[in-house]
Amino acid sequence: MSIMSVPKAPRVWQLAERRYRLIGTQCLKCGRVFISSRRVCPRCGSIDLRDIELPRRGKIYSYTLVRNPPVEREKYGPYIIAIIELENGCKLTAEIVDCSLEEIDIGTEVEAVFRRIGEEDKSGVIYYGCKFRPVK
Amino acid sequence: MNFGERTPAIYGWGSYIPIYRIKLDDIAKAWGEDPLVVKRGLEVDEISVKGPDEDQVTIAVNAAWNALKRAPEVSPRDIGAVYVGSESKPYAVKPTATIVAAAIGAPVTIRAADYEFACKAGTEALISVMAQVASGMIKYGLAIGADTSQSWPGDVLEYTASAGGSAFIIGPKSSDSVAYFEAQYSVTTDTPDFWRRDEIKYPRHMGRFTGEPAYFKHIILAARELMEKEGLKPSDFDYFIPHQPNGTFPVRVALRLGFKLEQVKPGLLSPLVGNFYSGSSLTGLSRVLDISKPSQRILLVSYGSGAGADAFSIVTQEAIERKKGLAPTVDYYISRKKYVDYATYLRFCNKIYGI
Amino acid sequence: MRGEVAVIGVGMTKFSEHWDKQLRDLFVEAALEAIENAQIDLKDIKAMFIGNMGSGLWIEQEHLGPLLADYLGIPGTPSLKIELACASSGMAFRLGVISVAAGLYDIVLVGGVEKMSDVTPSESIHHLASVADREWEAFYGVTLPALFALIAKRHMKQYGTTREQLARVAVKNHRHGSYNPKAQFQRPISIEDVLNSPLVADPLRVLDCSPISDGAAVVIIARSDIARKFTDTPIYVLGSGVATDTIALHDRDDITTLKSVVLAAREAYKMAKVEPKDINVAEVHDCFTIAEILAYEDLGFAKKGEGGKLIDEGVTELGGKVPVNTSGGLKARGHPVGATGVAQIVEVVLQLRNEAGKRQVPGAEIGLTQNMGGSGASCVIHVFGRSR
Repeated sequence: MSIMSVPKAPRVWQLAERRYRLIGTQCLKCGRVFISSRRVCPRCGSIDLRDIELPRRGKIYSYTLVRNPPVEREKYGPYIIAIIELENGCKLTAEIVDCSLEEIDIGTEVEAVFRRIGEEDKSGVIYYGCKFRPVK
Repeated sequence: MNFGERTPAIYGWGSYIPIYRIKLDDIAKAWGEDPLVVKRGLEVDEISVKGPDEDQVTIAVNAAWNALKRAPEVSPRDIGAVYVGSESKPYAVKPTATIVAAAIGAPVTIRAADYEFACKAGTEALISVMAQVASGMIKYGLAIGADTSQSWPGDVLEYTASAGGSAFIIGPKSSDSVAYFEAQYSVTTDTPDFWRRDEIKYPRHMGRFTGEPAYFKHIILAARELMEKEGLKPSDFDYFIPHQPNGTFPVRVALRLGFKLEQVKPGLLSPLVGNFYSGSSLTGLSRVLDISKPSQRILLVSYGSGAGADAFSIVTQEAIERKKGLAPTVDYYISRKKYVDYATYLRFCNKIYGI
Repeated sequence: MRGEVAVIGVGMTKFSEHWDKQLRDLFVEAALEAIENAQIDLKDIKAMFIGNMGSGLWIEQEHLGPLLADYLGIPGTPSLKIELACASSGMAFRLGVISVAAGLYDIVLVGGVEKMSDVTPSESIHHLASVADREWEAFYGVTLPALFALIAKRHMKQYGTTREQLARVAVKNHRHGSYNPKAQFQRPISIEDVLNSPLVADPLRVLDCSPISDGAAVVIIARSDIARKFTDTPIYVLGSGVATDTIALHDRDDITTLKSVVLAAREAYKMAKVEPKDINVAEVHDCFTIAEILAYEDLGFAKKGEGGKLIDEGVTELGGKVPVNTSGGLKARGHPVGATGVAQIVEVVLQLRNEAGKRQVPGAEIGLTQNMGGSGASCVIHVFGRSR
């Protein structure tokens, strides 16, 4: 694994707490909610935005099984990536875990779980975040 | 035991067990052993296996989130300490507690640290939080015991070492707490029954020596100390929850102490999910809280190799009824499972050389 | 700007895994071919605009502008690298055209080049993911095929697009590629081949995906009023359009429409004073088969949701009403990311000059190139014509 292909600690730390707690941004003018931190609303251009703790439940909007992973996930095995629409309409991208491809479809209800996203390497920083599993 | 005005009590409890399981049959087959002999000796059928994206930190956080669900009146901003007990934390230096604190939204002004005392590290964390609550140093505290238990490939421990954990939110006894602590006693000796050297990946143990001079001696010592000092006897308790290294030791120590099978069975999880090390007896407690009624008394005695035992006398309260359903139960986590074979187990548990 | 600039020369390397060549070698090879084709001297080149996505990632080399001017033998010439993910050289072309139309330069070299095969495939997949949102998509394991697979799943659910229709795009493009000596793959494939190829990101399989490639493509452009000094068949740039969309797929309202394509096409058609029905031949961005289906719809060749019908009806085959990707497209011709935009332009220019040999579209008058970046976060479109 090449040295230049892995995230470094400060960049991961900058967003770590937002990832752990699913903190997004809401535009106070048009109401649209985003997964990432925003200073300007890309929908209406307002700069009146605030942090918002997002709901931890949602539905699968689209999904796929990834069999050709990037280098940092080479030993992880195939995994499911999905766009998830949370209960408040905010959409985000995340892995779906604890199930096989056949057990999910567009519309399946899912909830957030805390998981390891990756690590720099065996001696480096570990980074964590939310993945989603089907609610049963 | 006189805790003063602030009797430490449980406000929320929560557990997390990974979905994967491996049958002891498949482990035995890999090593050419007779599965029937193995299972009969240990009284364990299958154990939980951590997923490839799970570790002691993720188990701890998921358990903490569940505990918070059961304590809706406790804001994470009011938590003053986070202590996590484990012997499988991914950072030898950097407390899991710091990540847990960030993940629950605790404020910057908190105390945090990780504890180690083999399988009783979780109850050590609990004792610390109890003391800080009782002394008024903190309003609420979070104590967690969680492990992705390690075992040497081909060693008998592979049949029972599994992954899981539980978290408890502790505060001063009130009408919102679900159970309060009556008393807490511990014993500690220098006993080399099971250990893991620094820079060595897997623990070692002394076989049969881990029985009488270790597990049984310390649990019996701590349990008797508590009962004598508090003037209690086995029949005063509804539940007895000892540390669960397998399915036989907990029943044997229960009977030797004078408890009945019905008292130890409810908290006994190892036959179905194995031994979570620091999460073991605490998850037994979690399950008992899931099913108990108000005004019942619990004796929890954890055991940690090295060696020592922590004994707790706990009494349930009214609020337990309305809080049980607020988070997934231990039985829910036990019942949801996907089996993996031995090769997948090795990959998931990072036991293959070179990866 | 309509008709003020013309393409007077084209050149490109074969697209392939060029194990023995470096990025600068590939560029110079294509550039010399284009310069010869344009019948100009090296000293006539007043500026260079080079499209490239990831030289820093793949070969740890930035500052391609001066590097390539130097190795072409004309250090001192204004030259810069333009990055717009997979639309890098389409964008380089637009900037080159603007610089000529603005009167700054009379003859300009526009190129695109990429060298991807010097790292392992999984490292390439990692680098390619930098065209998505690194923090909110790639961080969680998203790959470029995964993004288009997410789009394909929705398109199939919302409009009934089928697996076979996607496969038909690959089959068509491989057939076209077999007529193109510069194409990476020149062997025809069948629908069964596509459906049996290994899964990459469900439902997309290996033969739904453009390959990892090395290569370079270059065109020489000039002010239209001097073009005929160099060639009898100047091909005029009639329209140019570019647009962006949100970087992350999850921030779009409907992932089955690529707004960047719709907006860029609108601008290009307006400038060129043409409509979709006027296009005789098109090179579209089939990074994945689903992307070509989407292009049919978002370029206005088919109604939204009916892109699959178009491929079923053979409209976009050689011999059909609007042949698309006669070069073989990204799928068969290859996709050295930064080189693709200009390679598309090379093909359309050859078609309009009547020099496309076995894959010629007879009587082609108006051609279109659509070059897209990432999951549609950017798009550059050009319209070309035999006359202005």
